[in-house]
Amino acid sequence: MQVTLKIRRFNPEKDQEPWWGEYKFDAEPTDRLLDALNHVKWHVDGTLTFRRSCAHGVCGSDAMLINGKNGLACKLLLKNLGSKITIEPMRGFRVIKDLLVDMEAFFDKYRSIKPYFITRSPEPEKERLQSSEQRQKYDDTTKCILCGACTTSCPSFWANPDYVGPAAIVNAHRFIFDSRDEGEEERLSVLNLNEGVWRCRTIFNCVEACPRGINVTRAIGEIKKALLLRKI
Amino acid sequence: MNGAGRPRPQGGIELYAWIFMRVSGVVLLIMVLVHLAIMHIINNIEVINYHFVAQRYATPFWRTYDLVMLWLAFIHGVNGVRVMIDDYVGSRGWRLLSLASLYVLGFIFLALGSLVILTFNPARPF
Repeated sequence: MQVTLKIRRFNPEKDQEPWWGEYKFDAEPTDRLLDALNHVKWHVDGTLTFRRSCAHGVCGSDAMLINGKNGLACKLLLKNLGSKITIEPMRGFRVIKDLLVDMEAFFDKYRSIKPYFITRSPEPEKERLQSSEQRQKYDDTTKCILCGACTTSCPSFWANPDYVGPAAIVNAHRFIFDSRDEGEEERLSVLNLNEGVWRCRTIFNCVEACPRGINVTRAIGEIKKALLLRKI
Repeated sequence: MNGAGRPRPQGGIELYAWIFMRVSGVVLLIMVLVHLAIMHIINNIEVINYHFVAQRYATPFWRTYDLVMLWLAFIHGVNGVRVMIDDYVGSRGWRLLSLASLYVLGFIFLALGSLVILTFNPARPF
């Protein structure tokens, strides 16, 4: 099939304004969008810049705005995207070059919710046991790959870049609802701030954007409930 | 989180604001529907006059009803606008100005409304 990639290009060293680059070529319908981007970079214009690493939907490097919807370029097939595909960098982040965005602030927020085990009780002799029901409570939020698709689809985040954002909340949820973890007070107090979970307007864009199918809004709702009742 | 120009109030104010919005929303839904039913369905604008209001306000029940409705609706609305300003007004000066005007105007209108409800004298001839 013949595809046309319309890519929003921007090189701050050369360009005053972002511009649209159009690339027309033949590709297999079963090719992934990432293959098409690689084709442009390797055979048409080597200056095209984007992140990718594992190329199998696990590392979360190649999230971008594809036909107006956030997704991973390595998880979408050309036949499902149509013959003309519009690609833009994720919204709300500073563009470093082309599709490459600055995610430092995003990871700062991730670090602010302390994404590691916190325990105070004495170490047991063997491992800390957990029932499958206890594991089930946070199963959904363990799937996050920190690609940024949810946070950059969120109007609350676009309007207010200080909002901690759905991705950080999902990762807080993963620890808050883990029966082995004892740091929920610290995490909940971060999320109870002005820029925490109360910025969420339950718009559900994050749920639609998540390439891992995480029910992000549900996780945020569970944290709001936990803050309200102080009960995990 | 690097709060460029955005002071972050500490503590759980947002939590209480959030729960207030939900509770007041539900209460208002019922109160406003009852209000609409009385004013526009059971009675109509031909019937509603000074005498009608004076009769209602002769008992403390409707005064309290109206006062509660006024306060809940006003605080609900003002908090909604506050949240929008928080979301969309980035610069410190504009934020300060818009929030200050919101609170001042909100206070004046709430005070005027309460004054009318509380000091209305049904015995006074019209």
